[in-house]
Amino acid sequence: MTKSKSNRLSPLWSLTLARLREFYRKPEAVFWVYFFPILMVVALGVAFRNKPIEQITVDVEDSPQSANWIRALELDSRVLVSSFDSTTCRKRLRTGQSDLYITPGEELGSVSYVFDPTRPGSIVAKDLANRLIQSAAGRTDPVAVNIQEFAEPGSRYIDFLIPGLLGMGLMGGGLWGVGFAVVDMRIRKLLKRFLATPMKKSHFLVGIMTSRLFFMVPEIILLIVFSWLFFDVRVYGNWFAIVFLVLLGAVEFSGIGLLVASRARTLESVSGLMNLVMLPMWTLSGIFFSYDRFPEAVQPVIKLLPLTPLIDALRKVMLEGVTLAMLVPELLIMSCWAAACFVVALKIFRWTD
Amino acid sequence: MSSKSLAISCEGVTKTYPGKPPVKAVQGVDLQIQRGECFGVLGPNGAGKTTTIEILEGLLPPTAGSVHILGMDWRTHEADIRQRIGVSLQETQLSDRLSVAETLSLFRSFYNDGLTLNESLQQVSLTDKASAWVKNLSGGQKQRLSVACAVVGNPDLLFLDEPTTGLDPSSRRQIWDIVRSFREQEKTVMITTHYMEEAERLCDRVAIFDQGRVIALGTPNELIASLGAEHVIEFTVNDDPSRPLPYDWLQELPTVEQVDIHHGEIRMTAGESHTVLGPLFEQLDRRGLALTSLTTRHASLEDVFVQLTGRQLNEAARKSTTTEAPTMEAL
Ligand SMILES: Nc1ncnc2c1ncn2[C@@H]1O[C@H](COP(=O)(O)OP(=O)(O)OP(=O)(O)O)[C@@H](O)[C@H]1O
Ligand SMILES: [Mg+2]
Repeated sequence: MTKSKSNRLSPLWSLTLARLREFYRKPEAVFWVYFFPILMVVALGVAFRNKPIEQITVDVEDSPQSANWIRALELDSRVLVSSFDSTTCRKRLRTGQSDLYITPGEELGSVSYVFDPTRPGSIVAKDLANRLIQSAAGRTDPVAVNIQEFAEPGSRYIDFLIPGLLGMGLMGGGLWGVGFAVVDMRIRKLLKRFLATPMKKSHFLVGIMTSRLFFMVPEIILLIVFSWLFFDVRVYGNWFAIVFLVLLGAVEFSGIGLLVASRARTLESVSGLMNLVMLPMWTLSGIFFSYDRFPEAVQPVIKLLPLTPLIDALRKVMLEGVTLAMLVPELLIMSCWAAACFVVALKIFRWTD
Repeated sequence: MSSKSLAISCEGVTKTYPGKPPVKAVQGVDLQIQRGECFGVLGPNGAGKTTTIEILEGLLPPTAGSVHILGMDWRTHEADIRQRIGVSLQETQLSDRLSVAETLSLFRSFYNDGLTLNESLQQVSLTDKASAWVKNLSGGQKQRLSVACAVVGNPDLLFLDEPTTGLDPSSRRQIWDIVRSFREQEKTVMITTHYMEEAERLCDRVAIFDQGRVIALGTPNELIASLGAEHVIEFTVNDDPSRPLPYDWLQELPTVEQVDIHHGEIRMTAGESHTVLGPLFEQLDRRGLALTSLTTRHASLEDVFVQLTGRQLNEAARKSTTTEAPTMEAL
């Protein structure tokens, strides 16, 4: 071998490769990155799988007429009826142990319902109980109805949840992965050592982001395949569009991770900052439930958060089969976050202590 | 001399770390280092060696003063300078889970020109460890890898900050060999150390730092010659340490230049040891004192430091406290 340029790898590729090797040689890191999201999907998927077969708990206050009404209510298998004295009934409703409590009236043919109008379950219970009681008493429906239950894949809660979890995984992976790695290198004075070489600072930062892409794509594909196998979650849209969104999301959140870690000197301060950054998105960006439930006034702000467009776009592609061309606003918001964070991080990055 | 032909030139370099109170780590350092020179920076802990070398390396902005490296200014030619210098920091923990070869090729990738992987492995005798992870290397091997990362870009100027601190003698000798082979290629080295004998053996010139200032500068021989006496005689006597006898008479012995008493140990520098020893024994005898230990040796840079500051260089080398030793004049 001779002294020449030929034995030199590209610095960007070398930095990326070094990060990848460091990551894959840490089995515990691989475990948390790849298996934790799957555990989460399993736990949430199992928890929410049986959602439609809901149980409704109705208490009937002890009285001579109770037996009548209890018989009427028990005609519907979803209703769980018990009877107690009035104080216990009231207490059970207040503490959420029951959805509704019924007091048979003084005279035959009258009842009163006590329910909590702020609880959807309680409202449903009142309406269902009322229907059962009325028809037991002889009410007939004037219109004939034909009911079909709709439970196709794509419309269930798990179908809504999976894209949210993918987004959450991309956010957590980008922030924790990049943030901890950078601060750790700063503490070990490795950043200072790199600064003492002709390495381009932008190469270092791009190398970290590129290595994230290599970690995230397998993780997300694993998650999607897993949820398809176990929960029959299907992708209606184009796979290419999903990979593209995952890559863009990984770039976006590793950029944010770089920015969050750009000045922090300790692992404590960087994890505090990361939690601060992630907290609003965990609650607002629609991971577990639609952000439509928040007031109209804050909707535009929610839509500009880095995680919201990612989850929205993933849901649209996975559940509705929307193409990338129709997701320009989402893609634009994500790209802006990625670019802005990268530029600011490069500018304010702390290399020395 | 024009600064173009100098490897390093700095004037009035000052660094004050903000704080309460501010730390004046470096207080006006001027250095002119020729190309091809091996220059040693010596000094006790906290003397400002690392601060100075990091300012020269362009890693730390000085509070005041100007720096030129290979005739170039950091503010205008940073990228050019970086391609031509190699740096080993006092404390860097390289990535644990990369191998020696991977670490070296990562660092190599930053330089336009440089050594092959095999050449750099050979230079630091780590060829058989090429595929070992960094975390499985010994302290000395890690240190050699750190030096290898500094030379992998084939620099014209090498900065090594305490490359041998904490290493055993054979690992130290291996680092010296690297520095020597680098020197043989007419390249410049700046090395900081606590070890006076390392500087004497390795360096063409040394600067002795103390409290942020250069207190002596020259070749090791010049500095030792400045003592005016090449021999050091150290001895202890069975004197009562709480009520020591006066020792003025030591100054009158033939060829004696200086006398220091440091925690009961008496140290004299003298032109010739053999002419001192006879009269010394005679005088001790006359005063009813007996020797409990005696060594004579050639003067070293250590003695230069002691003479200039009245303190030992490596306080750790002494078991005693750090209070300043009373000199002969004070007694
Ligand atoms: N980042 C910093 N902030 C505040 N003070 C500092 C900082 N770095 C160094 N100092 C102080 O500056 C002085 C010089 O430190 P420096 O590290 O240059 O000494 P040194 O000669 O390299 O010592 P050593 O032999 O222990 O490495 C010390 O008093 C040190 O406490
Ligand atoms: Mg130091």
